[in-house]
Amino acid sequence: MSAAIRIQQVSKRFGSTQALDRVDLEVQQGEFFGLLGPNGAGKTTLISALAGLVRADSGSLTVMGHDVQGDYRAARRHLGVVPQELVFDPFFTVRESLKIQSGYFGISDNDSWIDEILENLGLASKANANMRMLSGGMKRRVLVAQALVHRPPVIVLDEPTAGVDVELRQTLWAFIRRLNEAGHTIVLTTHYLEEAENLCTRIAMLKAGRVVALDTTANLLRRFSVHALRLRTGGALPAELARDGAESGGWWSFPFDGFDQVETLLARIRAAGCRIDDLEIGKPDLEEVFVRVMQGPPQGQAN
Amino acid sequence: MRHSGFSTLLYKEVLRFWKVASQTVAAPVLTALLYLLIFSHVLEGHVKVHGVAYTAFLIPGLVMMSVLQNAFANSSSSLIQSKVTGNIVFVLLPPISYLEFFLAYVLASVVRGVVVGTGVLLATFWFAPLTFAEPWWILVFALMGGAILGSLGVIAGIWADKFDQLAAFQNFLIMPLTFLSGVFYSINSLPPFWQQVSHWNPVFYMIDGFRHGFFGVSDASPWLSLAVVGACLALLTVFTLNLLKRGYKLRA
Repeated sequence: MSAAIRIQQVSKRFGSTQALDRVDLEVQQGEFFGLLGPNGAGKTTLISALAGLVRADSGSLTVMGHDVQGDYRAARRHLGVVPQELVFDPFFTVRESLKIQSGYFGISDNDSWIDEILENLGLASKANANMRMLSGGMKRRVLVAQALVHRPPVIVLDEPTAGVDVELRQTLWAFIRRLNEAGHTIVLTTHYLEEAENLCTRIAMLKAGRVVALDTTANLLRRFSVHALRLRTGGALPAELARDGAESGGWWSFPFDGFDQVETLLARIRAAGCRIDDLEIGKPDLEEVFVRVMQGPPQGQAN
Repeated sequence: MRHSGFSTLLYKEVLRFWKVASQTVAAPVLTALLYLLIFSHVLEGHVKVHGVAYTAFLIPGLVMMSVLQNAFANSSSSLIQSKVTGNIVFVLLPPISYLEFFLAYVLASVVRGVVVGTGVLLATFWFAPLTFAEPWWILVFALMGGAILGSLGVIAGIWADKFDQLAAFQNFLIMPLTFLSGVFYSINSLPPFWQQVSHWNPVFYMIDGFRHGFFGVSDASPWLSLAVVGACLALLTVFTLNLLKRGYKLRA
């Protein structure tokens, strides 16, 4: 079985900017994959190279085993891309846009699938509205719908929830999850890290055109992030305790690896005669992982 | 069943101008009609060309000018709008080859040119007795001229990053070429120097050959016009296809 996406040693330079620097990445069929990184890290360039919108200077990219240059017709038929920019064609209604998009992929009688997409994205009532008349959120839904008209096995969403309200986000993720469960491979870029944490089973982090972390979400959380005991005390902490923690906004934070360390820590605080006013245990999150990975020096290919 | 994306792209390009036909069809027909009213009012009775009354001579020129200008306008404005708004991506993501892309945009331009040209003809032919001496030439030059300008429109639409760049292309290249091509006069009435200049203008041959189809007489032989126009079309097609193949300004 070929990989859903295989990216090998892909580089791309725009003028003096190295947008992609020997990127290697493989996404297996059926995965829900996250592509994270700050603005300008190369996420969109990578997606564009995959979609044939940008030509890589070197390296190769395949979608379901089809080379995106040499076998572009098959590669594009297997790929659905939701672009980041909120673009639309003002001449057409929602249904016309979707029928035309189907036609571009060579599909002429697609009405039942179009109806299903419209229904699932909460667009059914807007089917005959002109694109110009739609709100930003509705236009975003149409963009998702347009990417799905040809039932692509691989779906790439480039920041689909940027500036989108809660309702759409939930509708969208419920639908995308169903598609994933039905066997579609999903690749997602987002700035909302809790989204990536909840949805993606594996994550790649990009920085300055290079993959700086690549692992399952669980492993990343385990490797880069730790639990922390967070507490607020009545008096000042003695120096030997303060040395092990960090204070911010009246809260002290003590990282720990295993829960047996919590007892020791609490005993030391009690012994120091400090009163604990408030206490919680902080769970590791992807945001912390992200910050750590981005602060660290480029490590080349992790994993 | 799968077919090629070409037919849908052609259909979409035709639908695009047809949805705003008041701007893309009715307005140019009205403009041509105004030219006819003004020029024929001033010159009818004073000028005869090739033994043809001036108004009758003018009508095919206006028809062909409308074909050419609207063919250019169709592909160029569609492409620049799609680029500026970003929706060009909808055409770039599907499995459409650069050849299909080229043919769809150029053919839609020809359709728009022919629709407007027919509109101009219908609006003007009853102003003067018009003959259709060798109608095949009418068709051949309308289609080839439309394709040439449609192709130029593709080049301009892809090259221009902003609307004012496209306007410059139109104002400083397309307009002078079409106006100084013998739409309003026979180049035989020009001083020798300007006659020579006109012979270097490919649009002259498009209009002259087109007009030959109506009256059976023209400044140049229709066969020479056919050769020049055919060569231009072949050259532009190769050039445009090469741009598209390289992904110039469309696929970075």
